Parts: sequence; structure tokens; C-alpha cells
Amino acid sequence: MKHIKTLSGATLANSAAKGGCGECQTSCQSACKTSCTVANQECENK
Amino acid sequence: MIHKFNQVNKNIVIDVNSGAVHVVDPLVYRILDYYSIKSDLEIIGLLQEEYTVEDIQEALEEINTLKNEGLLFSEERYLEHESFKNKQPVVKALCLHISHDCNIRCKYCFASQGDFKGQRTLMDLEVGKKAIDFLLENSGKRRNLEVDFFGGEPLMNFDVVKDIVKYGRGREKEFNKEIRFTMTTNGVLLNDENMKFINEEMYNVVLSIDGREDINDHMRYTINGQGTYEVIVPKLLKMAELRGHKNYYVRGTFTKFNLDFSNDVLHLVDLGFKNVSVEPVVAAPQHDYAIGEEDLPTVFKHYEILAEEYVKRTKEGNPFLFFHFMIDLNQGPCIIKRIVGCGAGAEYLAVTPEGELYPCHQFVGNTDFMIGNVMDKSFKKELYYTFAEAHVYNKEKCNECWAKFYCSGGCHANAYHFNKDINVPYNIGCEMEKKRIESALMIQAKLAEEGV
Repeated sequence: MKHIKTLSGATLANSAAKGGCGECQTSCQSACKTSCTVANQECENK
Repeated sequence: MIHKFNQVNKNIVIDVNSGAVHVVDPLVYRILDYYSIKSDLEIIGLLQEEYTVEDIQEALEEINTLKNEGLLFSEERYLEHESFKNKQPVVKALCLHISHDCNIRCKYCFASQGDFKGQRTLMDLEVGKKAIDFLLENSGKRRNLEVDFFGGEPLMNFDVVKDIVKYGRGREKEFNKEIRFTMTTNGVLLNDENMKFINEEMYNVVLSIDGREDINDHMRYTINGQGTYEVIVPKLLKMAELRGHKNYYVRGTFTKFNLDFSNDVLHLVDLGFKNVSVEPVVAAPQHDYAIGEEDLPTVFKHYEILAEEYVKRTKEGNPFLFFHFMIDLNQGPCIIKRIVGCGAGAEYLAVTPEGELYPCHQFVGNTDFMIGNVMDKSFKKELYYTFAEAHVYNKEKCNECWAKFYCSGGCHANAYHFNKDINVPYNIGCEMEKKRIESALMIQAKLAEEGV
């Protein structure tokens, strides 16, 4: 495409299929203890 | 729903529901202002003085293609998805308040300078064992479990920490689980012996320091009023070194006194730390260090400064990690995790030295939120399910927000402390989080452009 460069595709839509295993780290256990940030956790079920 | 923004001359467009992220030229950026409300002819009419008709039509076609592929203006379908409807909350993480006592006094401490508004007490081994048992028995089919040693200051009760780890290591095998122990410490009591143990047994360690010496010492000082910087820096550096600069964070808090916190992050990086997290203080407005709405432009400016420096140093081959800028666009958490959020009160609980269970460390001391006790195995299911249902879709403000699948509804404790309702997010926190996400995406766009 000339006008648009896609950095990442439908990652969320695709993740729903095998999502919800719950094995990933709890966000407050990683480094934050006061400001919830979930999107920077890693998936454990890649 | 889409969200578009410009940062450091990058036009970035997020398709909220699919998770797609695009970098677009100024023409597409303009068209998207009108795309959903005007016809193609009207859009051409509006923009033809600035762009050729051919270019506008070409850009419109590209937008149409992405829309048809589900990468722009995609629909929200997760509420009815089987993975969401069938989710079953189980307890998978505990914040063990191993010490309701602290050897330093931090002005902004939400733990009321270590005692959580109660007696200064230490957890004994019996309570710790019961907490491990509670976790193992209530974690269903989850294999990876987490136990964070928290305080107060956990190193003030280190013998019990060691015994709990030993107990957990024995029992996890019986349940075919893996417990990932972590610790949050102010570092004052770190020595060769406990660093060796932490290095061997802790999956992650969070080391508290705020940044520049005067900034740190203004907020973090000993009982006698002495700053902690000089004591802790060599110890924290040694800890980071022992861990090969992996699986640790130095973590600080910034306040109204250092709204130029980018300098504190970079100071920590320049000291030699590679993994840094510096977060905004969460404090009621009456405190002189509280961050107010009027401070947001300065805070935003410093997230931008930090993001640019992040790109620069990465390109120079001298990268560092800033916790809130870490976004893996391809292998981040699944949508279900992003809807459910931090899991406080459901997947994640805090345990006091007396064995009381709370939704998270920030609710400890507010007995309205006491959810049970590991000693008598009492457990208030109603309160537990109230938290389990506090997900993005049950937060009215989040439903309208483009950032909902990044912050996942934000911190329940902050919501409660500011709005007396865990489903009404803390606005200043939301605004800062949105700026962090935009900065993180700008970094991704810049690095992709440079092929880094």
C-alpha cells in the first residue's frame, strides 16, 4: 500500500481462538504495584 | 472504533477491536476524520484543494481494503465469544505481606509507611504455609502460580521467606504446579547471603528506587530521616549484576516534585540498570506530592522525551527496558486476558501477616474488603465474584475508550480510592496510561521504520 503501512494485523481477533488459559503473569506481580498495565505481559501459550 | 494520534511526526491509527496498528500518511490521517460520516464524494470535495483527486481515491481504496479485511473499523465480537463466556476465575497469584513493618519511611507509601494502618507485625511460617496451601488448592488447572513477597519490607522477615519458599517447593510437586516466587524490596537489607538466595529462588525481583539522589531521598528516607540512595545504589547494582540484568526491575515512583521523571528514568539507566519502571504516584489531592490534572501536560511531555530517548538508545545499540513502553504487538496477552484485566480480587489476592485475604495489596487494611482468611479457610464468594466481574465490559467509561484492551480497565484499587466504585476508573491514571500506550506505539513505529 502507498498510503498505509500496517505494523501489526488482527492480533486480538486471532488471539480469541485459543485465549483465556490464564497461565500468563499477573500484571501487578511483574513491576507495577499501583498502575495496572496488562498489554505488556507476555503470552505463555504462544 | 479507531483511535488516531500523531507523535514525533508519526501518524498512527489503532483499530481497537482487531488490535491492528497502522502508520498512515497525512492524507489518510485527514480522511479518517470524515470517513465514517461523509460520502467519498464529500471527502474528495473537502480535500481536493490540498490533494489530487487521484491520490484521495487511492487512499480511500486502501482504507476500504483494510476495512474489508477486518483491520479498520472492525466490529466488537468478544462478549459473545466462547472463550470469554466460559472463563472460570481461579486464584493463581498471591501477594504475601510477609512483613507489615518497614525499615524506611516513604512519604507516599500506600501501606501507611509499612504497617497498613495496623500493628507492625511479621507473618509467621504457619500463616505462610496456609497461604501456599490455599493457593495450591484454589488454583484449579492453572499450572503457573505466583507468590510475591511484599511488605512493608520483606527482608525484615527473611528467615520466614526462606522457609515458605522451601515449603512451596515441596508442595508444588504434589500438585504438579510451578510456583514463581518474586520479591519487592527497598534494598536496604540486601547482603551477599540473601542476594544469593533471591537470585536462585526468585523468578523476578523488584528493587525500589525513585531515581536521582535528591529526588529519591526527598521521598524515601530512613527512620532517622537519612536518605536511602547512597546505601541502596551499590546493593541494587550488585543484585542486577548477579541476575545478569534479567528478571528484575528497579522501580520508582514519581510525584509532583519530579514531573520531569524522564530524567530519573535515564539516571537509573545511566547508573547501569537495564530494566526500569517508574510510575506516577497515586495520592489523594490534599497531599502536596499528588499529581493533579494540571500536571498532565508536563507528564505527557516527559513520556514523549523518554520515548524519543528510548528509540535513540535502541538504535545506538544501547537499549534499556521501560516497563510501561513494553508492548509486543504480535505476541502480547490474548483478548480474554485484556478484557478480564489485572485479576485483583479474583485471580490475585493479598494475604496479611494474620492470614486475612484482601482483593489486592492496595485494599489491605480496609476491612470492608476482607475477603476471607487462610487460617480458617473462610472465603466470601460474593465479594470474590464482584471483583471477578469487574472487567472492561462492566466499566461504562471503558466501553467508550480506545485504550480498553491495553490497560484492561485499569486498577480497581485506584478506582475505589478515587470514586468509591471499582467499576469507575481513576481519570488521571487513565490519561497517563493512554499517553504511555501512544508513546509505546510510536516507539514501535519508529523502530520498524528504521528496521531495528
